[in-house]
Amino acid sequence: MHTLMQCLQRLRVLGVILMLAVLTAGLVSTAQAADPDQELNQAVGTINADTWREVKNGENFIDTRHDSTYSLINTSGETWRQIRNDWISPGGLIALGSMLAILVIFYLIVGRNDLDAERTGRKLLRWTALERAMHWTVATLFIVLALTGLNLLYGKFLFRHAFGDAFWANLVSLTKLTHNYVGPVFGILLLLMLAKWLTVNLPKKHDWQWFKQGGGMVGKKHPDAGFANGGEKAWYWILASVGLLVIVSGFVLDFPLFGQTRDNMQWANMFHAVTSLILMAVALGHIYIGTLGTEGALEGMTTGYVDETWAKQHHNLWYEEVKDSAGQPEQQNPPVDDDTATANRPN
Amino acid sequence: MAQMKFLCDAERCIECNGCVTACKNANETEWGIQRRRVVTLDDGQPSEVSISVACMHCDDAPCMAVCPTDCFYKTDDGIVLHDKDICIGCGYCLYACPFGAPQFPKQNAFGERGKMDKCTFCAGGPAETKEEEYEKYGANRIAEGKLPLCAEMCSTKALLAGDAQTISDIFRQRVVYRGHKDGGWSSVDKAQASAPDVSANLDNMAYDATRAEK
Repeated sequence: MHTLMQCLQRLRVLGVILMLAVLTAGLVSTAQAADPDQELNQAVGTINADTWREVKNGENFIDTRHDSTYSLINTSGETWRQIRNDWISPGGLIALGSMLAILVIFYLIVGRNDLDAERTGRKLLRWTALERAMHWTVATLFIVLALTGLNLLYGKFLFRHAFGDAFWANLVSLTKLTHNYVGPVFGILLLLMLAKWLTVNLPKKHDWQWFKQGGGMVGKKHPDAGFANGGEKAWYWILASVGLLVIVSGFVLDFPLFGQTRDNMQWANMFHAVTSLILMAVALGHIYIGTLGTEGALEGMTTGYVDETWAKQHHNLWYEEVKDSAGQPEQQNPPVDDDTATANRPN
Repeated sequence: MAQMKFLCDAERCIECNGCVTACKNANETEWGIQRRRVVTLDDGQPSEVSISVACMHCDDAPCMAVCPTDCFYKTDDGIVLHDKDICIGCGYCLYACPFGAPQFPKQNAFGERGKMDKCTFCAGGPAETKEEEYEKYGANRIAEGKLPLCAEMCSTKALLAGDAQTISDIFRQRVVYRGHKDGGWSSVDKAQASAPDVSANLDNMAYDATRAEK
């Protein structure tokens, strides 16, 4: 009984204290409301457009993830997605498809560029063993990279539905591994090849004439050409410019070790896709001209030797320089000698 | 079907990182992988505000659109999941994601990143067995009829998870109760302070969820 009374008394005291507290709180809040600037400063509402702009630029926020360099809102991701999916992806198909179509139509209408005269049987050393090895290595790697690259861009529309998940999983992971490990090897070899063939590909005045005559298709007389004709030089300089961009952008993508941001990677990816698709399209032309398109051209890169007639027709300036060194391969092959081959190459 | 979403009420988030810890614990993610994070704006300023961010399970998910392997899929509940058996770790999903949700266990030369990991809305992922599923993707609480642990454990109920309709109703009620004329996240123009109806503007501010109704 006694304790109950005590309890009630304590409760009453507590109630008075609580009431006082509530009253004080009320007074305080009235005081705050009287100072609107103060209240505004304490409100979430002061996160304004400027703050959001800073956040978009990756400033004025902290993040609990240990290695996070990510901005809260990555607006460029959607732009990248649209450019990649809506422009580059269909654009690449259009570029490659129309190149193939042009070549097929050209072959059907114009046909192979035959030799004007009979072969003489005398052979000229055009590509040394080292050059041929380089060419075919780079060519093989190029094709491997092109196919794996195309698979990364278009494969999902085809193989997963056609062959099922397990096949697709293996194919695509092999594709990525191959592409990422073969890429740097290709890059280094391409740079070496460009360095090796720089001197013979320096532009000359007669190259302009070569282009004006469409490489011999316009007018009767075949235009002048040195060791490399205008078309070969164009392909060289496409590789030296666009190819270089492919290598640089590929390096950025393949080695994410230098603090690349998402924006860097988006740019590198777009550059890599566009430039490599251009290279693929032009390479189709290169392959056509080197094989089906020109009689007697492929043997230069397979055996190293070209026929005298072919040299006279396609590279007259070079032929004038080297015609005396021509030999009969069935009797005796001229020794493979880098220095001689370079000396005999007026461009 | 339901459309599962997260919604973080920035007015309530107290940056306790309970959601981050709950997620890490529920899914036992790899070292270095942190599916959920808390971002704080204007840190140290009176206007400081925090928000919990993870995969937002977008309706039109950019990660799905750019993935070269097509390893992403959407469940009937609108949850964006991915198949780690098909993922090649190319990083494209991360480049496209608006929220930086995809993460990779490594970042080495030759683009060696390992398999991508991200928030699964505690819905696991494709696997033969439960053990394999837990190993690869973490908890599948959705299959047990539970919501993601981050939201379940949020001490202030700032982080809401569930059907979009339901959680936006909850949030709408809060906003109405707070009396903000523009809704939950809009800014209050400081210039309003000098306007004649300053007290009305102040009453409309959303900062005080405990303010009594008029």
